[in-house]
Amino acid sequence: MTTAALDREWHRYTRAEKLARFAFYFGIVAACVVSLRTVQIIPEFLYDAPEQMADLFKRMWPIEWAFYRGGVHDALIETLHIASLGTIIAIVLAVPLGILAAHNLVPNVGINYVAKLMLVSSRSVNSLVWALLFVAVFGPGPLAGTMAIAFRSIGFVGKLFGEALEEARPGPVEALRAVGAPWGSVFLKGYWPQVVPAFWGIALFRWDINVRESAVLGLVGAGGIGMAIDTAMNLFQWERVALMLIAIFSVVVIAELIVTHIRKNII
Amino acid sequence: MTAESTARPSRVAFTPNWSARLAWLGLAAYALYAASILDVTWERFASGLEQGARFIARMFPPETAAEKMALMLRGLYESLEIAVIASVLGILLSLPIGLLAARNLMPPWLTWPLRLLIALCRSFHQVIIAIIFVKAVGFGALAGILALTVGSIGFVAKLFAEAIEEISLKQVEAIRATGASFLNVVAYSVMPQVLTRFVGFSTYQFDSNLRNSTMVGIVGAGGIGGTMFAAFQKFDYDYLLTILLAIIAMIMVSEILQNAVKRIFR
Repeated sequence: MTTAALDREWHRYTRAEKLARFAFYFGIVAACVVSLRTVQIIPEFLYDAPEQMADLFKRMWPIEWAFYRGGVHDALIETLHIASLGTIIAIVLAVPLGILAAHNLVPNVGINYVAKLMLVSSRSVNSLVWALLFVAVFGPGPLAGTMAIAFRSIGFVGKLFGEALEEARPGPVEALRAVGAPWGSVFLKGYWPQVVPAFWGIALFRWDINVRESAVLGLVGAGGIGMAIDTAMNLFQWERVALMLIAIFSVVVIAELIVTHIRKNII
Repeated sequence: MTAESTARPSRVAFTPNWSARLAWLGLAAYALYAASILDVTWERFASGLEQGARFIARMFPPETAAEKMALMLRGLYESLEIAVIASVLGILLSLPIGLLAARNLMPPWLTWPLRLLIALCRSFHQVIIAIIFVKAVGFGALAGILALTVGSIGFVAKLFAEAIEEISLKQVEAIRATGASFLNVVAYSVMPQVLTRFVGFSTYQFDSNLRNSTMVGIVGAGGIGGTMFAAFQKFDYDYLLTILLAIIAMIMVSEILQNAVKRIFR
């Protein structure tokens, strides 16, 4: 009778956990099978894909390097300006929203909720969709692209900044309050020094993403190198498209190197 | 001015951080410069607000005609299919690529080319990759699937490799000491340490793929994006609003599912 305790079988997961996991795996397989059976793929297109790829690379060669001075350089710089200015505008708008969303700074659940709702709605719209909307509002051009980048980034920066504020230690803040510091001083000397590394980290991370995203905004007419790619593609000038792809690749790699360097050495 | 009253040097409670102040000043100066370059002026902004009011007025009420709703649902369904297939394909391919790119388990001659491949997959936005695939395999869902698969590899394989590089090697040694084969070492010492994080960024990638699968249609790679862009170009703004609301609803549902998956694998 005493062996009953030893005979007990040990399981890592409870029955409910096992069931949930099984349901999850089953759901994935089912979704995949259903999608594969119903998705419309034209097999003829697939068969000559390697041929078409080879043709594409042949058309891209030789890369038209001479076009860089005439048509790519300015568009590339414009793309960088769109990404940077968009990030700056996003920061300016996201910091107050992040503060309003942080419960320890603004102890009012209603205000927190409204701020969080604004941040979520900013994030749930893709930057290309924001670009479409702003092209309709401001007309084609870099202004629409800048606003699109800014509005997409507000939600991202605001959410992460608000979370960083909520994690700040209350000690320094209480000390400042105890000596009667006004709200501005409490924020600047109590919270800000604690979240400054997180703040710059978030801003740089978003800038890195924005450099990548601003390159496609031109496809819907919102300025930057995407517009040049669209034009070259419509005219089948693949030598120029290849040059622009290389230009985007270099800029993205350089931006990533800069961000990594700043993160390691300054923050 | 109390410095002469004491022998000690005066202490300032909060020393001004001049480098930070200069950085802020520089940033402000750059913002003004960039705004002037990009022709971001107040007049354009103000006239835009007027235009925006007209634009929003034209969006209401959202289109609900039956045949347009059917067209939209077909597009949304195709986007969903693209996202599902691309995520599964991308995540399955990321497993070996990420494993082979981990520098603590693999020799440098193998990790370097793979890390380069991952960087190449990562550096272009999915919509730009979609342009290339539309040329290669023609218009339609296949181009979108391939583009999002490439994008998924760039993200998941990179984070997977980084997660493996952070594991504790003691368990790997312990399994190796029993004479286990390489695949057993991976299955019993590496995977248990990284599985939770892998599930985490896989669900994140599915979410990202779902968002982008609604966009690749702009360049002709299937999904709702094509319908949306056509509605935009035809100034069919009330239909545009319907599509946008449907996309947002789909993404919100996916976020709820994502949280459920995270709870299961916590």
